Amino acid sequence: MSASTTSGRIVIAERLTGAARLAELAKIKVARKRKDRMIEFVLLLAACVSVFTTLAIVYILLKESLVFFSDVPVWSFLTDTQWTPLFDDAHFGIAVLLSGTLSSSLVALFIAIPLGTIIAIYLSEFANHRLREVLKPVLELLSGVPTIIYGFFALLVITPLLQEIYPGLPTFNILSAGLVMGIMIIPYVSSLSEDAMRAVPMSLREGSYAMGATRFQTATRVVVPAAFSGIASAYILGISRAVGETMILAVAAGMQPNLTLNPLEPAATITSFIVQVALGDLPHGSVGYQTIFAAGLTLLLITLMFNLLGHWLRRKYREAY
Amino acid sequence: MSRKTDRSKELRAIIKSHKRWDVIFGLVGLGAIALAILTLVALFAQMVIDGFPRISVEFFANFPSRRAGQAGILSAWVGSFFVMIVTALFAIPVGIASAIYLEEYARKNWFTDVIEINISNLAGVPSIVYGLLALGLFVYTFGFGQSILSAGLTLALLILPIVIVTTREALRAIPQTVREGAYACGATKWQVVSDHLVPYGMPGILTGVIIGLSRAIGETAPIITIGALTFIAFLPPMPFTGDPAAGLFDWLFSPFTVMPIQIFNWTSRPDPAFHANAAAASLVLVFLTLGMNGLAIWLRYRLRKNIKW
Repeated sequence: MSASTTSGRIVIAERLTGAARLAELAKIKVARKRKDRMIEFVLLLAACVSVFTTLAIVYILLKESLVFFSDVPVWSFLTDTQWTPLFDDAHFGIAVLLSGTLSSSLVALFIAIPLGTIIAIYLSEFANHRLREVLKPVLELLSGVPTIIYGFFALLVITPLLQEIYPGLPTFNILSAGLVMGIMIIPYVSSLSEDAMRAVPMSLREGSYAMGATRFQTATRVVVPAAFSGIASAYILGISRAVGETMILAVAAGMQPNLTLNPLEPAATITSFIVQVALGDLPHGSVGYQTIFAAGLTLLLITLMFNLLGHWLRRKYREAY
Repeated sequence: MSRKTDRSKELRAIIKSHKRWDVIFGLVGLGAIALAILTLVALFAQMVIDGFPRISVEFFANFPSRRAGQAGILSAWVGSFFVMIVTALFAIPVGIASAIYLEEYARKNWFTDVIEINISNLAGVPSIVYGLLALGLFVYTFGFGQSILSAGLTLALLILPIVIVTTREALRAIPQTVREGAYACGATKWQVVSDHLVPYGMPGILTGVIIGLSRAIGETAPIITIGALTFIAFLPPMPFTGDPAAGLFDWLFSPFTVMPIQIFNWTSRPDPAFHANAAAASLVLVFLTLGMNGLAIWLRYRLRKNIKW
């Protein structure tokens, strides 16, 4: 609309002569500039949505948690060894949920980090171009499957399989959830690590080969150390995915709070506790309602810590070529 | 002379043993990939074996039911569809606009830095935290309730970083000469963006949008957190139908369920007959998300092949 009026005005301006023409063209220029400014402002507002999202997350979590911590002292939140927020004799020991989060993440990382690293080295240093182009999208599919389906798979396929090997395993356990979670996280670790390795300049590899090193020696002694910062931040991304994973654990790990690091037992994690509470019917403003915000704040702080660690690692160990 | 051959034999043995590691690692690498792919195959096989017999027209046309044999996913797929509309309507324009701002307009200053760091941090926030945000903000502060609108906006915020990052990459890949050529013809910044950069970047932008939406359609945790009901035996009110006639936007405020929640509900029941339903619904959901992912990969492939600057 305004574009057509602008071009219309230009046509009119073309017919004028001398000073009148110049004045008309100057006016058109001002109008165009104003329109551009307005568009820039609208785009800026859109860019601010993400900043508002962060602020809103922090605000909401802090607001509800502050109410929670006015009822429950921070000290007992950190040191209590029971988590029974919905009982009459309520205890709020976050360590109970943290133990579930820790053991499930450890199991997942025990799978994802070695396998992800091996796959990354293989794809970057060993596989030929065509194999890589085929395998990469297939591996990415692993992270495209909705996590609820992994939960279903863990509960109905992996757990019975593990029970064949270890008959005493309960139906809900951290182990099978963690294993499936590990497989899910592989592409996060492998694709970022591979990118980092591929960014290592060819000349370093050529130097290594010229010294008579084999592929394996070049990969492990030249490429991996050179890409260390990228690989480390891939690991950290994997860790924060594992800590924040929800549905696999909610489905396959059981939701009863259990202070243990034994992956053969069922246990609730921070995330699956939030799901459990949200599934029930908690009145807005009750202590039970506020616990999920306190749990969420803990989760956010943990993942934030890992994100910052990732930034720091990347900055500290970045090799510039 | 013989000492020399001994030496070379020794060297050959060393080289051979070193090269053996190459072969061993190659096999280990292939084994690792095979393990990952095998898991994927097992996942599919199990879904197809358990779920495929349940897939029929009735499965798509029936509401969930207490009897497993009659239960269907009508309310779930319709709910997912409406939630995705809200998500797309919010995330696509906002995501593309912020990417354009950051890539083409933003000056290099502290404020831009804040936005950039913030976006990369948001991408690392667990999805359930978005659920808590939505519960506090959309459901209670804004009073949207446990509705399609709340869910759609939540998922939109969740996928915003994905859309922004991929759009920026698409814009960055367009050579500077395109911009300079347009400016030389007297175009304003917005004309350069809207007539040249966005159309040229379209395949890349679409890839990001599709990957974002496929992530959103499979998200369960944030939607559970805002309190979507699991047993919904009705559809959101279609505009101008029913008595009294529903308004154009009434569906936005309707209670709903979505596919992943229906799957969760069926999975958590002890009766194996419901597990077959869960497998069938999973099959439909996986078909949708992987179909979208496949489309995105294909788009990326075409983009790389066809465009030569």
